[in-house]
Amino acid sequence: MSEINHVRNTDATTSSTPAIEIDNLSVWFGHGHDRVDAVKSANFNLPTGASFGLVGESGSGKSTILRALTGLVKTWQGTMRVNGHDLGKKRSKDFYKQVQMVFQDPYASLHPRHSVDQVLSETLSLHKFKNINDRIEKLLTDVGLGPQFRFRYPHQLSGGQRQRVAIARALAPEPSILLLDEPTSALDVSVQAEILNLLTDLREEQNLTYLMVSHNLAVVGHLCENIAVMQNGEIVEILSVEDMRELKSTHPYTQNLLQSSLGFVREEC
Amino acid sequence: MNNSNASASGASTITGLRAWLNAEVPGSRWQARASAWYHGWLEFKSNRLALLGLLILIALVLIAIFAPLLSPHDPYTQNLSNRLLPMGSEGHLLGTDSLGRDLLSRMIYGARITLYIVALVALIAPVAGLLVGTVAGYLGGWTDTVLMRLTDIFLAFPRLVLALAFVAALGAGIENAVLAIALTAWPPYARIARAETLTIRSSDYISAVKLQGAGAFRIIVKHIWPLCIASLIVRITLDMAGIILAAAGLGFLGLGARPPSPEWGAMIADGRRFILDHWWVATMPGLAIFTVSLAFNLLGDGLRDLLDPKSQGK
Amino acid sequence: MNLLEVDNLHVQFPTRSGTFDAVRGVSFSLGRERLGIVGESGSGKSLTGRAILRLIKPPGIVTADKISLEGENLLDLSERQMRKVRGQRISMVMQDPKFSLNPVMRVGEQIVEAYSQHTRASRKEAKAKAIEMLEAVSIRDSERVFRAYPHEMSGGMGQRIMIAMMLIPNPQILIADEPTSALDVSVQTQVLSIMDRLVQERGMGLVFISHDLNLVSAFCDRVLIMYGGRVVETCRADQLYNAKHPYTQGLLNSLPRLDTPVNRLQVLQRDDAWMTDNPQLDDKPDDLTQPHISKTDAETP
Repeated sequence: MSEINHVRNTDATTSSTPAIEIDNLSVWFGHGHDRVDAVKSANFNLPTGASFGLVGESGSGKSTILRALTGLVKTWQGTMRVNGHDLGKKRSKDFYKQVQMVFQDPYASLHPRHSVDQVLSETLSLHKFKNINDRIEKLLTDVGLGPQFRFRYPHQLSGGQRQRVAIARALAPEPSILLLDEPTSALDVSVQAEILNLLTDLREEQNLTYLMVSHNLAVVGHLCENIAVMQNGEIVEILSVEDMRELKSTHPYTQNLLQSSLGFVREEC
Repeated sequence: MNNSNASASGASTITGLRAWLNAEVPGSRWQARASAWYHGWLEFKSNRLALLGLLILIALVLIAIFAPLLSPHDPYTQNLSNRLLPMGSEGHLLGTDSLGRDLLSRMIYGARITLYIVALVALIAPVAGLLVGTVAGYLGGWTDTVLMRLTDIFLAFPRLVLALAFVAALGAGIENAVLAIALTAWPPYARIARAETLTIRSSDYISAVKLQGAGAFRIIVKHIWPLCIASLIVRITLDMAGIILAAAGLGFLGLGARPPSPEWGAMIADGRRFILDHWWVATMPGLAIFTVSLAFNLLGDGLRDLLDPKSQGK
Repeated sequence: MNLLEVDNLHVQFPTRSGTFDAVRGVSFSLGRERLGIVGESGSGKSLTGRAILRLIKPPGIVTADKISLEGENLLDLSERQMRKVRGQRISMVMQDPKFSLNPVMRVGEQIVEAYSQHTRASRKEAKAKAIEMLEAVSIRDSERVFRAYPHEMSGGMGQRIMIAMMLIPNPQILIADEPTSALDVSVQTQVLSIMDRLVQERGMGLVFISHDLNLVSAFCDRVLIMYGGRVVETCRADQLYNAKHPYTQGLLNSLPRLDTPVNRLQVLQRDDAWMTDNPQLDDKPDDLTQPHISKTDAETP
């Protein structure tokens, strides 16, 4: 564990290749008349160890970028690079050892008939790990669950616990990049705080790079350093979180978004 | 965990076992599975009718296994001087048939044939359907089109007519009857399995396992099958009645079990000639078919309540 | 007189291991005001809303000392009389318009039906009223929307149609159960201000059920905070940030905030005593005509 981290650290310092480079990426669904352009020539870079947020409303294409990156959506064009390697149409096992994803809804991202143990041991054996038992216990401890949860089924877990299992599954291949697709939007605020703290801790301990998608500016602001604001498939603005906090945005859409997320203001009549 | 329970004192074994099964924190893979089964059983048990169905079927299995011990006579021994004895005659509780064979013994042995047919069909048809349906559903595209049009062709014919054609081509006999029924029974299973697969394959947990680099084969077998099997089991138990009736129908038409084998359908066909004067000869095997079909239906209803993922939200 | 008074409401569900108490002794009253009910999932906030309309199906059991609508105890009404109360006197807007609108019926038809069910108005009258109502929820080309099917509408549009449909019989109380949590933030504000305007214009009482503390504190007049099926605290919405109960404070502190960044968020430490303690109830509705009434005199039930 520590050895791998060490290697990764030196990697990051010696070479300046970004963890993720997205260059002129377009993603579409359907063809002909039904063609919908979900992402239109998006560009952004993530240095290793960074935490980057994609913000936008539903249908803005922010999740689609994650899906194209992981190979779940195959209709895309442009260049995507992970740790300096160009991505083709197919993803290798090696890719999935570097990049993992946490899904939005912990109620939908765990197989209803598989126990925590099955989920994690399958993941570990797919990545050809040995001493699976020890690793499962370690993963569960890492995400703050503890070994007593090992043989439970999803229906015996609360939403927060499920999301922890999903995070453990994503961490199992020891990736360097974690894609977070609205990881807390299906959770209660108190549980959201726990999961966000966990993500902060994990990033520190394992030197992870985060690419996070969210509609909640406060959540993104908490976890990320830079954000890209998306509207109708286009990145309209990339700004630092400090600028966002001080409402120093140049694009009207971002300003609008910031205003609405600061809360409901009653019109005086 | 298990060992510590085994070493518990005898009096507390039962409560210990129950506590072990109800454990909030299962200690091993095995315990987790056992406790899941135990809770399923508790739920199933609360459905009285389903339990009744299960008991009838267990009784049927026991009767089939212990047929030589249970039956008072040899089912094949003919005694023309005792033909068509009424119910309650001495030594022949349910009377005898047109060749003087003991009806009760024949029905007891008939249970074996019925179970044989049911078991074979239940092994062939759903497995074939599951395979075709999940592969078509998961892979989609051309595979889907080809496999599903094939299914449609089979679905286009009435079941018994198709079975008749098969038996006519293959020759009469139990095995061929089973094969014919299985061949006509799989398409609905393929349809169900495909429909389920279509909803499952776009779910996040399948995406998640794809992101671990799992291939199509592993996803279909380890992730999609377990979720399809529940609804298939339910469908099989509900179809069982139909399968028994189809087998009986083939037997009745002389295309299934050959005489002198004591298949229930063939027995009805045999007794049909005397139905007005000697009604019990045809009625008794009919009642047996009715009871077993009903038992399968009751069990199927109970299993549906238990296994259907849609009803699990409560 | 208060529009609605709920006294000692309980909702129970029998399970294999005994009864589960989902709502345990909730009491509150509602005047012509915006009352927020906040809580996390499982706190019983939605069930409270449904119990008022007697929408909880068996095997769930609803008991209460009283649920009275302008002095009339809803618990004594027959199912037939209750149907008249629903929609006509108390309406409900649910979370997701996708599931509340009939997908195979044109939007206009649904509104017309909702209206004519209660009023016996002629079709022409009903249509005019429906279009007027669609305009009232700030739908610009109301004629087109009238003929559209629900799937052609966006989420925010759908929710506005729901509000139009629910308000057309002119009910006295609107229960809104997470009406905006399926919507994007920018649309959320829009829908809320429309709802706010209509409720104010008509002098209705609004029960606003939500998990979003910020939203409730900005939108409502008074807030009930629920935890484990009980009301743990009642306070004025603008005073929510000065709430006394440790649960409310914990919830507020666990929210990430744009203006005050922190390294680690505070995690809510749950206390079993919250399930049993007698809460400090401040159970008088604000009289909106006299906004300067002091709200410090708390009373215990």
